[in-house]
Amino acid sequence: MPSPGYWREIPNRYRLEAGRCRGCGKVVYPARRVCPACRGRAFDRTALSRTATVVTSTVVHVPPGDLLMEAPYAVAVVESPEGARFAMQIVDCDPACVVPGLQVNLEFRLIRREGREGILCYGYKGVPAPQGAEGRG
Amino acid sequence: MRDVAIVAAGMTRFGELWDSSLRDLFVDAATEALDHAGADHLDAVFVGNMSGGLFTGQEHVGALLVDQLGMAGVAAARVESACASGGVALRAAFAEVASGLSDLVLAAGVEKMNDGADVTAVLATAADQETEVYHGLTFPALYAMIARAHMHAHGTTEEDLAWVSVKNHRHGARNPKAQFQKEVTVEQVAASALVAEPLRLLHCSPVSDGAAAVLLCPLEQARRYTDRPVRIAASGLATSSMALANRADPAWLDAVERAAAKAYRMAGTGPKQIQVAEVHDCFAIAEICCIEALGFVERGRGGKAARDGFTALGGCIPVNTSGGLKAKGHPVGATGIAQAIEIFEQLRGEAGERQVAGAELGLAQNMGGSGASAVVHIFERV
Repeated sequence: MPSPGYWREIPNRYRLEAGRCRGCGKVVYPARRVCPACRGRAFDRTALSRTATVVTSTVVHVPPGDLLMEAPYAVAVVESPEGARFAMQIVDCDPACVVPGLQVNLEFRLIRREGREGILCYGYKGVPAPQGAEGRG
Repeated sequence: MRDVAIVAAGMTRFGELWDSSLRDLFVDAATEALDHAGADHLDAVFVGNMSGGLFTGQEHVGALLVDQLGMAGVAAARVESACASGGVALRAAFAEVASGLSDLVLAAGVEKMNDGADVTAVLATAADQETEVYHGLTFPALYAMIARAHMHAHGTTEEDLAWVSVKNHRHGARNPKAQFQKEVTVEQVAASALVAEPLRLLHCSPVSDGAAAVLLCPLEQARRYTDRPVRIAASGLATSSMALANRADPAWLDAVERAAAKAYRMAGTGPKQIQVAEVHDCFAIAEICCIEALGFVERGRGGKAARDGFTALGGCIPVNTSGGLKAKGHPVGATGIAQAIEIFEQLRGEAGERQVAGAELGLAQNMGGSGASAVVHIFERV
């Protein structure tokens, strides 16, 4: 039985829905009620592109208990073409290749199992883009 | 505002203290401070504690601990700002005395981390649950990303990181209350297990139990309790974006910069005048970023400070003479108070083998999360 929180986060986790501030144009992800740049309160809903660029990264060797079987895994702060920055796992590659500037495509994946019931929680992970094929955009 | 002094301190050893509970740890530190001052009453108690609830199942620790001290009835509250809880408790006590609300106030910090909880998961509650923890980020991972950003932007190396640990273990080897009273070599750090690349086990502060307490009163009443009071010259508190991703430069701790600017302004001083400092080296990269944000070195130049001896005992500005979080230990809620105690002892000339000769002005900087909270205090010998 999905928890209330699970449903609430669907736009953010499943659809990468962000808010574009009507005051200053900043794209805020996940969406918030107040713009961190100008404190504006009016937003238009927008969906992020399914691509991003790695800003900084690491490879986790000591994971939280529920991701024990996945270590070592790469995580990174990435920036979308809209200018939103957020953290995600980078998968389907040698973790050593995850360095600043790496272009990734965002793919819909299982992220973790939540709570005692093991609710399946989905979201996006980054997958390195084939070189020269899909860049920013 | 009234001038405020610290007149006494008490602190447990830091480490894996299996025989002591959360309440025992607090009482040991608090009674030591009260006994030193010869004080038989308190007007208020502020206890820094990050997560009594998740570490031991115990919340509402303000009332619990003052009761355990035999002082049920006294005003008491817990203060929480993740790993900055202790420093923020000190600020709350400072404001309580400075404002005239109370005269004799205990600022304490306590954490019991070795009671069976999943420590990595508990500490992760200080990060952004939805955008960081959900995706498998841990605290070492956040600081590892800060480290990689610093290495990428400024050429900082893994050996630079190792030197922070080597320096702080050298200092900690001289501290009888430190969790690790032994030195480590650059080679040992480089050979330790990877936690989150490039951070290895010996770049990380340990899991610790411990408590620390300081007694505050108006400066004009301080001589009732001690002949060597230390004045709290300034208190600066600031925040930044909760999520690391939302900071313009992930290698720059802007909350520390802001808290320091407030504290320097309040004290009418600057980084060049500080003679000894305790900074929040929860990971080696954190010390490098903190000494930059505090203005001890230029932005991007923190990497070489430990190796060059600039921040070592005998250097231009000794940093973490206690051994820092790395060697002294990091019972998260107690850390901010323990930092203040090291500076208190330095300014009173009581730091033994770690003494910085003639220290008159010192600073303590405590931080929460990946740098979303920062608190800076400046202390002065009077």
